[in-house]
Amino acid sequence: MKTLVIAEHDNNTLKPATHNAVAAAQAIGGDIDILVAGADCGAVAEAAAAIPGVGKVLSADNAVYANQLAENVALLIADVAAAYDNVVAPATTGGKNTMPRVAALMDVAQISDIIAVDSPDTFKRPIYAGNVIATVQSSDVKKVITVRTTAFDGVPEEGGSATVEAVAAAHDAGLSSFVGEEVAVSDRPELTAASVVISGGRGMQNGDNFQLLEGIADKLGAEIGASRAAVDAGFVPNDYQVGQTGKIVAPDLYIAVGISGAIQHLAGMKDSKVIVAINKDEDAPIFQVADYGLVADLFQALPELESAI
Amino acid sequence: MKALVAVKRVVDYNVKVRAKADGSDVELNNVKMAINPFCEIAVEEAVRLKEAGTVSEVVVVSVGEKSSQEQIRTALALGADRGIHVEVEGRPEPLEIAKLLKGVVDKEQPQLVILGKQSIDGDNNQTGQMLGALANMGQGTFASEIKIDGDSLEVIREVDGGLQTLKLSLPAIVTTDLRLNEPRYASLPNIMKAKKKPLDVTNPEELGVSVTSHITQLGVAPPPERAAGIKVEDVAQLVDKLKNEAKVIS
Ligand SMILES: Cc1cc2nc3c(=O)[nH]c(=O)nc-3n(C[C@H](O)[C@H](O)[C@H](O)COP(=O)(O)OP(=O)(O)OC[C@H]3O[C@@H](n4cnc5c(N)ncnc54)[C@H](O)[C@@H]3O)c2cc1C
Ligand SMILES: Cc1cc2nc3c(=O)[nH]c(=O)nc-3n(C[C@H](O)[C@H](O)[C@H](O)COP(=O)(O)OP(=O)(O)OC[C@H]3O[C@@H](n4cnc5c(N)ncnc54)[C@H](O)[C@@H]3O)c2cc1C
Repeated sequence: MKTLVIAEHDNNTLKPATHNAVAAAQAIGGDIDILVAGADCGAVAEAAAAIPGVGKVLSADNAVYANQLAENVALLIADVAAAYDNVVAPATTGGKNTMPRVAALMDVAQISDIIAVDSPDTFKRPIYAGNVIATVQSSDVKKVITVRTTAFDGVPEEGGSATVEAVAAAHDAGLSSFVGEEVAVSDRPELTAASVVISGGRGMQNGDNFQLLEGIADKLGAEIGASRAAVDAGFVPNDYQVGQTGKIVAPDLYIAVGISGAIQHLAGMKDSKVIVAINKDEDAPIFQVADYGLVADLFQALPELESAI
Repeated sequence: MKALVAVKRVVDYNVKVRAKADGSDVELNNVKMAINPFCEIAVEEAVRLKEAGTVSEVVVVSVGEKSSQEQIRTALALGADRGIHVEVEGRPEPLEIAKLLKGVVDKEQPQLVILGKQSIDGDNNQTGQMLGALANMGQGTFASEIKIDGDSLEVIREVDGGLQTLKLSLPAIVTTDLRLNEPRYASLPNIMKAKKKPLDVTNPEELGVSVTSHITQLGVAPPPERAAGIKVEDVAQLVDKLKNEAKVIS
């Protein structure tokens, strides 16, 4: 059995989500190769080749893949996948965008967002905002799978020495083009990979008040997240949203501040190791999942917390 | 230009769905059903494009059992012009739904197809992208803003790192994210009017699609329960617990 893992990267660095996807591929078993599709992405291919246990890295280094346009990359992956039994990618916005297109080109189902591998054809995945875990079996000969990264510990980054092979195919569907992007620049760790996350909700009242979280985040080396209500209200950008339809996080410590605990929010953080909730309403549902609940006004509690740590 | 919007009937987002005790399936008896929230956003966007004069007709389609017609009527009450119900039994998978939608696209020849980014029951986040591949259209997934300019579409997408802008040639697929718009409420007169709007019923045979299942659900189970937590008295006790009991800060 051979599995192709699709690398997540920005042409410069290999993203840790790739290491989680490789871990899921290892759980499925068999040989593992990695496909790096990008432009001027040699450093990424080198980093992928350093992952222990990887057979070879296929590097499709071409301008048509520079911005991960799904229309182009899906044609490439479906082409390369002819030689594989499984195609596995992390369920990041990149994987979610491209992989269903790959599956349709291959005429197979996609198994989205797996959290466990029961056997090479049977997987567990959350449905209904994580209120139910379904066990699903695929009857497709070739499988297209996306992986919930928080459910698989990343494999080591160093120690391997896979060969890097160039893939010449340049697929340009001619349907889409890249115009621009607004990427948040932050010194903080990525939300989905951070070991501590502190999130603010509607209770924060405005964007300026998120500074109250920043001081604490700096001290704890934490990343900042938010509820949908805080994003919708414009307190913080969209990429802060944690939840069923935002980012899934599972840090060692998750601190929810001024967040009520709607099921859609819980879906994105309830697998965190330790959950702290700060809310002035003692009946807020967030307390039902919190290991440590503090019933308090956040405008008082946050400055106290910052000076106590 | 014509816009086609795909809507799905799902459990209302306020319902906390549970697995049945025997683990065979989820408990869906007497549960409130509704239009998938992302599909509601899709309908709203199409209706706004019509109000702006960009779109001339908004057609809604739903794949499912007869009861899906309720959600088509909801979309018609929100301002869509006409409905298509593709009647199928059971719960077809995204690939089959995408094939059926491709059949509808071939017939209707829309310039724009808008879907939700994911449905809140299956949480698959697949159908729009699959339809894109089958119909050979470009896709603007997780859209927070769209602008139509002649024969192309500019879409701003919500991605992990922030926002990305793409240009797509029409016809194209858009899947909606939460910030695309805030859907209106249907007024009573519009709900009455919707009952008289045309709703055609078709089926996989008529569309020339055979529906086959690739995935079997072997069972469902509740997620692991979290052990009950405690309430702390004050910040000092919280910090003490985090340092000495949970050992997650130093
Ligand atoms: C299709 C769909 C998808 C969704 N996806 C997501 C998602 O991915 N992520 C997500 O988060 N939500 C999502 N939601 C929204 C979700 O249902 C809730 O509306 C949202 O999570 C509420 O955010 P909140 O807890 O910040 O706001 P609220 O529910 O308004 O809660 C604010 C809390 O702050 C507390 N508070 C106020 N002032 C103070 C103070 N001074 N001190 C202490 N506490 C205070 C209040 O007691 C209250 O509990 C989705 C909804 C839908 C329909
Ligand atoms: C508890 C449970 C059990 C299931 N069991 C089975 C099973 O035994 N066998 C099986 O084959 N499948 C099963 N399914 C799959 C189920 O039918 C999925 O919901 C279906 O595959 C569609 O996936 P999705 O709605 O999550 O797609 P998504 O890709 O998340 O949907 C995105 C968008 O696509 C459009 N769309 C999706 N569905 C439709 C539709 N029907 N009509 C019109 N537009 C639509 C909407 O615009 C929607 O917003 C099960 C699902 C659940 C939740």
